Amino acid sequence: MIERTVQILANERVADQYFRLVLRAPEIAPLVQPGQFAHVRILRLKEALLRRPFSIFQVEGDTFSILYKQVGKGTEVLAQMAPGETLSAIAPLGKGFAVPPPGGETPLLVAGGYGMAAMYLLAKRSPQKGIVFVGGRRQVDILCADDFRELGWEVRIATEDGSLGSKGLVTQPLRAELERTTAGRRLYACGPTPMLRAVGLLAEEFRVPAELSMDEHMCCGVGVCLACVIRVKSGDGWEYQRTCTEGPVFDARQIVWEGQP
Amino acid sequence: MNLSVQLGSLQMQNPVTVASGTFGYGVEYAQLLDLNRLGAVTVKGIRLNPVRGNPTPRTVEVTSGMLNAIGLQGPGVDGFIEKYWPFLRSLNVPTIINIWGTSVEEYAEVARRFDAVEGVGALELNVSCPNIKEGGAQFGTDVNLLRQVVSACRQATRLPLITKLSPNVPNIASFARAAAEAGSDALSVTNSVPAMAIDSETRRPRLANVTGGLTGPCIKPIALKLVWEAARAVRIPIVGMGGIQTATDAIEFLVAGATAVAVGTANFYEPQTAFQVLAGLQEYMERHRMTDVRELTGSLRAGP
Repeated sequence: MIERTVQILANERVADQYFRLVLRAPEIAPLVQPGQFAHVRILRLKEALLRRPFSIFQVEGDTFSILYKQVGKGTEVLAQMAPGETLSAIAPLGKGFAVPPPGGETPLLVAGGYGMAAMYLLAKRSPQKGIVFVGGRRQVDILCADDFRELGWEVRIATEDGSLGSKGLVTQPLRAELERTTAGRRLYACGPTPMLRAVGLLAEEFRVPAELSMDEHMCCGVGVCLACVIRVKSGDGWEYQRTCTEGPVFDARQIVWEGQP
Repeated sequence: MNLSVQLGSLQMQNPVTVASGTFGYGVEYAQLLDLNRLGAVTVKGIRLNPVRGNPTPRTVEVTSGMLNAIGLQGPGVDGFIEKYWPFLRSLNVPTIINIWGTSVEEYAEVARRFDAVEGVGALELNVSCPNIKEGGAQFGTDVNLLRQVVSACRQATRLPLITKLSPNVPNIASFARAAAEAGSDALSVTNSVPAMAIDSETRRPRLANVTGGLTGPCIKPIALKLVWEAARAVRIPIVGMGGIQTATDAIEFLVAGATAVAVGTANFYEPQTAFQVLAGLQEYMERHRMTDVRELTGSLRAGP
């Protein structure tokens, strides 16, 4: 974890409300592990003070990139920023995905919308190529399928309106694949909480290990404020653990879903 | 140039500390900051037993600030001593331990436990947390209860006691005097301001706890006035806090009557803030040809 002023190299609209931001961060980039995030301060934001957490998408040389959706005050201002401008980043943060060892499990990645970006490095660094299951509402919400295909991964798409891939939720093609075989497989997921919960239930049903990247409202990003906690099993009961520090990636079996959205 | 200040018998190498609850137990920031450059590290509130805290969402951003209702999640006295104290003890700067309880007896017991721990810098009595059902704010908004808490802790320890006053009182001077008379060595002014936020679309509160504490730059003018009023009421030193994000903010608190300052919410978005405040304070003193930071304390001039 380091804090640096990072320079914007590119900040382009990919599709619809989605943008790809490339940052020059020579000291941060080499440290990034799959599933980690950057906590970004947008200095232009004056009345909204807090940093915004973003999953790290790709790492190339001395840069890392972020795929973000324009959803609120922060990302609105971010979308207007141009190459050459700077941001403050604290990164890399959090405990990410465990990359399977060579000859180990075959990863099945499950992504909801731009949650797919958080799994790119895992796909790139996994010695075994696997399958990415990605779901979204519409075709436009499926963002980086080609990036995964270029890595030699199979991509199975599901959209709720049927505009791309199979019609329905991402968990349907995932279930079909798990019914075929579960041997030597491991699930990794990133997306909205209801999707994570559904993946967690499938993992339990099929007895497949699963790592889920949890999304909880975050404030400091480094473990001091205790805003981003989720319920995690502990002894006979549960305790709150920090998504920013003990997570964002948790073993699905450890998560207590009661009390999650 | 002298930057050192004293809170009772607590010596600080400079007047800049951090506000309880915004800095964890120090160790979380050790990778980003040289903690030994602070005046003191102030840790999150500890009661006797571990505390789970409130359900989420626990924080929400608002214009120029934020609300929190964490609920004082914490490891309890034993958990703190086991897990965090060895690291804090290894620092060259003092640790101020923020403590709380749900009864006068519990406050005193926590104070007694820390009295037996070697190397504690001071205890800050949290009598003003708005986010817990029992304890917290009630001790800070009833002047008789406040007096009881402070005097019970006074009898339980020889450590410097800093009483953290609530902003939510009609007349802070009487609370400041009660704390001082009961044996408090210093005051922290102030805590978060009770507040709430609502989502108009869903018509639901934005915090699971419904209400929370407002902090950040938006509360600075409120906090400044409270420091000014408290400083006129007592002779004990005051740690000023509430929305400090620059050296200018910190200097205003000193001028209003604070001896030291604490950076709070700004730590969440800029962990370097305390050091920026310190650098800016030194620059200001040079520019105003001051040789001792204590010249600033209570130096408010009359009239606009």
